[in-house]
Amino acid sequence: MPVAPSATRPRSRQRPGDVLFSGAALAAGILILVALAAVTIFLIAQALPAFTANPADVSKDGRGFWSFVVPLVFGTIWAAALALLIALPLSIGIALFISHYAPRRVAVTLGYIVDLLAAVPSVVFGLWGITVLAPAMQPVYVWLVDNLGWIPLFAGPVSGTGRTVLTVAIVLAVMILPIITALSREVFLQTPRLHEEAALALGATRWEMIRMAVLPFGRPGLISATMLGLGRALGETMAVAMVLSPSVIISFALLTSQNPTTIAANIALNFPEASGIGVNVLIATGLVLFLITLLVNSLARFIINRRKDFSGAN
Amino acid sequence: MSKRIEVRDLNVFYGNFKAVADVSLTIEPKTVTAFIGPSGCGKSTFLRTLNRMHEVIPGAYVEGEVLIDGENLYAANTDPVEVRRQVGMVFQRPNPFPTMSIRDNVLAGVKLNNNRISKSDADDLVKKSLQGANLWKEVKDRLDKPGSSLSGGQQQRLCIARAIAVSPDVLLMDEPCSALDPISTLAIEDLIDELKSDFTIVIVTHNMQQASRVSDKTAFFNIEGTGMPGRLIEYGDTRTIFERPSVQATEDYISGRFG
Repeated sequence: MPVAPSATRPRSRQRPGDVLFSGAALAAGILILVALAAVTIFLIAQALPAFTANPADVSKDGRGFWSFVVPLVFGTIWAAALALLIALPLSIGIALFISHYAPRRVAVTLGYIVDLLAAVPSVVFGLWGITVLAPAMQPVYVWLVDNLGWIPLFAGPVSGTGRTVLTVAIVLAVMILPIITALSREVFLQTPRLHEEAALALGATRWEMIRMAVLPFGRPGLISATMLGLGRALGETMAVAMVLSPSVIISFALLTSQNPTTIAANIALNFPEASGIGVNVLIATGLVLFLITLLVNSLARFIINRRKDFSGAN
Repeated sequence: MSKRIEVRDLNVFYGNFKAVADVSLTIEPKTVTAFIGPSGCGKSTFLRTLNRMHEVIPGAYVEGEVLIDGENLYAANTDPVEVRRQVGMVFQRPNPFPTMSIRDNVLAGVKLNNNRISKSDADDLVKKSLQGANLWKEVKDRLDKPGSSLSGGQQQRLCIARAIAVSPDVLLMDEPCSALDPISTLAIEDLIDELKSDFTIVIVTHNMQQASRVSDKTAFFNIEGTGMPGRLIEYGDTRTIFERPSVQATEDYISGRFG
């Protein structure tokens, strides 16, 4: 067929609704980038003096910014990792129960309760941690130190108040549980019925069907859910600041009264009294927290993309 | 490997709704039996009762007996999981596990029964099953690629390979070609012809030519109206059903006068 040599290619007609909507969507997208850039620029600009200042002014022991921030980084990651370790298996269990085991009515009720839990402000969790969880766990901690003290994690001396990094981890776990559960439930519910039936028709039990079809299919979503939970645990301020009496140390012991604190809690506790270079140091720790979160998210992206061909999205 | 299926007075219910009524028929080993009939006549539902897959829908249950070589699938102590390991199934749309490689897809059912299969045994089984499904030549160089990277027809043959890898007694096929193009359909039909030397095959199809091409026996199901249960109208040799049906409804259906 001869192709007509046309100078202008046919253009689709521009409808006002389309123009308006694509403009609005573009503006929203740009706004996000601008906000992110603004925060980053603020953090870097305000943090710079902390890196260049005289080490003696930066921290009390005079060894400079990095020796100040490393224990905080450790505390942040340690508390968040412990929380995730507690919350993740529980969340997956609850989500699977809601999506594949519970009768419909129970599932709906339970779903509401989990969503409700997500709406509780973190200061309430902090109060609960101090007044209920810590005293309740203290005898358990005593028992653990007495009987399992030879494991470094449970080394003594035991805290007299129960306000330990393990208590914090439990509080954080309760806080991130709803978001991980709610997201994984949605992901599990999206498993194509065809794949579930394929597994069942091969003679899979319900649990084997879940392992064969539901969990692999939900893996990318599960990782995203975990990262959102981890992000919240890393950045959580109030609950940690309230429960822990801070000490800047690196220690894996879970049950002593000497506990590493987190970046966010440290900022919250020290910012009101900070002045001069002290403010810059705290903002610099904030920058470090920002980078940790960024790193964690990129890692998750990387893990998801590595198995892209097998994701079931194609 | 292949076994006789006897169905006696089977009724299938979804809650209060009776979907299929009073079906009795006998399917001989190493034959291909086609179920035909208009949409909603209960032929797929009935097919799924042969490996208890209808139980996936909450509230579904049956009355009556399905005997495979004399053993009732619905006996009180029969585990549906065991039934499905003996009676394999291929679905309307190809459904290989997208999260698994081609190789793992073939082995999926085998690993449920026996997780400790040695690598060389597994390799042999993968080869044998894929050869059995006429797919080996096309995929032998990319067994570690995802199952979803194949074409629709290849995916369906992969599903057949997955089903026959566990050496079932019976192979159920629920409109296996309805999502495929004519060439892939032909490949599956040729495959069915080869498979019947090893398995008892039951196939649901909307395609009358397909039923007459692949099957030895044909069962015609019909429904009197919405809300009424589907019934088995006529069952016999495929030739007889297509050339000299004894019921008027069968003749109307196969000659295209309704449905």
